[in-house]
Amino acid sequence: MSSRDAILAALRRNAPSAMPLPEAPAAVAFADPESQFAEAFTSVGGKVIRVASLGNVNTELGNIESYAQARSIASLIPGIGRANVDLAALTDPHQLEGTDVAIIAGEFGVAENGAVWVPGSALGLHRAIFVVAQHLFLTVPASEIVHTMHQAYDRIRFEHLGFGVFISGPSKTADIEQSLVVGAHGARSCTLFLVG
Amino acid sequence: MMGHAAKALPFVSDEERAHWHDQALWFVRLKRDRQAESIPEWEALRESASAIKAHTLSRLADYLEEFERNARANGIQVHWARDGTEHNTIVHRILAGRGITRLVKSKSMLTEECHLNPYLEAQGIEVTDTDLGERIVQLRREPPSHIVLPAIHLKKQDIGELFHKELGTAQGASDPSYLTEAARGHLRQKFMAAQAGLTGVNFAIAETGGFVVCTNEGNADMGTSLPPLHIASMGVEKVIPRTKDLAIFLRLLARSATGQPVTTYTTHFHGPLRGGELHVVIVDNGRSAILHNETFRRSLACIRCGACMNTCPVFRRSGGYSYGYTVPGPIGSLLAPLRNPSHFGSLPFASSLCGSCSDVCPVKIDLHHELYAFRQELVRQKIVPLYKRLAMAGLSWVLMTTWAYCLASRLMRWFVPRLPRALVYGPWNPWGRQRELPQMPRESFRDLIKKEPT
Repeated sequence: MSSRDAILAALRRNAPSAMPLPEAPAAVAFADPESQFAEAFTSVGGKVIRVASLGNVNTELGNIESYAQARSIASLIPGIGRANVDLAALTDPHQLEGTDVAIIAGEFGVAENGAVWVPGSALGLHRAIFVVAQHLFLTVPASEIVHTMHQAYDRIRFEHLGFGVFISGPSKTADIEQSLVVGAHGARSCTLFLVG
Repeated sequence: MMGHAAKALPFVSDEERAHWHDQALWFVRLKRDRQAESIPEWEALRESASAIKAHTLSRLADYLEEFERNARANGIQVHWARDGTEHNTIVHRILAGRGITRLVKSKSMLTEECHLNPYLEAQGIEVTDTDLGERIVQLRREPPSHIVLPAIHLKKQDIGELFHKELGTAQGASDPSYLTEAARGHLRQKFMAAQAGLTGVNFAIAETGGFVVCTNEGNADMGTSLPPLHIASMGVEKVIPRTKDLAIFLRLLARSATGQPVTTYTTHFHGPLRGGELHVVIVDNGRSAILHNETFRRSLACIRCGACMNTCPVFRRSGGYSYGYTVPGPIGSLLAPLRNPSHFGSLPFASSLCGSCSDVCPVKIDLHHELYAFRQELVRQKIVPLYKRLAMAGLSWVLMTTWAYCLASRLMRWFVPRLPRALVYGPWNPWGRQRELPQMPRESFRDLIKKEPT
C-alpha cells in the first residue's frame, strides 16, 4: 500500500463522527473604513499618504528621503516613479538584489488590520521584487477598502492566480529580547498612497 | 527518564533571568488581550474556528484528497509521508535529484519534529534557518525554546556574543537594531546563494489547492521567490475546507500569537515560481493515531500560535527547554505524551490546571481539562511512578474517611511543630524543598466549630 493510501485509510478509520461546517459569524463594520485602514497600517509601522489622484504620487515621492536617495528604482505602475530598473530585461530574480525602491499597485486594503492585497499579477515577471527591494511603495484606491478579512476573501479568486500576498507594513522582527526592529529581511520601510 | 521539574532546574536557578522570561511573555499575552478585545465578535470567531476544525477532523481524508487534486491541477507536486523518516527521505530525494547543496528554510515546527536539519546536513546539504530567532538558535546548536519566539530564552548580550563569534559583529555590541542589521546582511547572502527554499504551511485550502504561509520578517518570501525550487512541509491537520475559512483563522492567528492584527506577510501559494517547481509533502507522523483518541483528538486542531505558552504560569517560569519536546507549553504537554507517554509522562503534571491556556486558545482546545484527563490516563497506564500512585491512593483514602482524616490532622498538628526541621524537610518532602510548611494551627476547624454556640 502506498503511503498516500495508508495515511488516507488511517484517517478514515480513525475519523470521529461527522460534524457540521459552520459559517463565519457576523463581523464588525467600521463607521469610517478608510481612516480605520490608515490607522491600522500606521500602527504596524507603515506610513500612509493620501493623494487625490495617481498623478500626485510622483510629486509626493520626491518629498520622501528614502526615494530621493534611491539609485535603483523599479516601478510596476506605468508612469509612476522615475523607474530605472528594466524589470522585463531581467532573466533571473537574483538580479533584483540592490534594488532600492519598488513601486507596486495593491488591489485593495483591509480596514481591520491594514493588510494590502497584492496579487501575483501586480508583481510582474519576478515576484521577488516586493521583498527584495529595500523600500516598498504601495498604492491602493481609497474606494477599495473592505472592513474585514471576510470581505477580503469574498473578493479574492485564486483561479489562474499562482501567487498573492497580503502586505501589512514593513518587514520586522522582535526575536532579540522582544525589541521591535523594522527591516528584518524584506522592506525597511513601507509607504502607502491611498488614492482618491 | 528526567522529568519536567528536573529539566527546569537550570532555568529556575537563574532567578533574574527566569523573571525576565516570565515578564517578556506576559507582555506578549497582554498585547494579545488588547487585540482580542478590539474585535467585538472575538468569542464567536473562536467558536467558528473550533467548529471548522472539528468538522475538518471528521473528514480529513476527503479534504486532503480534494487539496491534492486541486494542488496538482495548479502544477504543485504532492508527496505523502507516513513518518518523519519518510518525510526527510522525500525532501532529500527532491534536493539530491537536482544537485542542490544549499537550502534556506523558514520556520517549520514539523521539520523540527522530523529532525530534518541534521538528516540533510549529514548528507552534505547546507541548511540555513532564516527566521532571525531560529538562526540564532541554529548558530548556538540549540532547538527553539518557543514555537513563535524561538530565542525568547536568550538575552541580547548572549546574542551579541554569538554574533561577534559567528558573524563578526563588534565585541560587546548588543543593540537589537545593530544585531538585526548584521543578521540581515548575513542572511541576504544565504538567500542569494540558496538553490531551494523550504517552508512550513500555516493553512492548506482544500477548495483551491493552495496554501498560506505567515511571517513578519519576509524570510519565507525571500526563500521562495528567488530559487526556482520550493518545498513546503505540512502535517495532515493543516488543511481547511474553504477560502473563506481562512478569514476566520487569519483574524485569530497573529492576534493570538504576538498581539498583532495580522502578520506583515500573509503569502498565498497556488503554483510554482515561473519556470520553477513547487512540492508539498503531507506528513502523518503519528497524527492519524491521535485522531483515533476520542479524548485527545482535539489537540490536532492546534494552529501553533503559542498563546497557551505565553499565558502559562509554568511555561513562563520554567522555559521551553524544560519540556524536552519540539512543541512545549500546555499544547506540547499533550502532543508529546500522546506520541510517547512513558518518555513524556511528567509533562501533563507541568501545569497548575488554572485554565488560562484554554481561555486564550483561538481554536478552543480544552487544554487544562485534557491535561487533567491525561494525568488519569498516565495513572491507569502505571506510567506515574509507584510512590506517587501509592501516595495518591493513600491520600485519597484519608480524605474520604472521616476518622482517618481527623486522626491524621491531629497527628500532624502535634508532631510537625515538635519534630526537628531536618526530619520534616527531609528528602521525603519534595514539596518543602522551596517552600515553608504553613504554621500548624492549635485546633482544627472541627474543634472550632464545636465550640461555636448553635
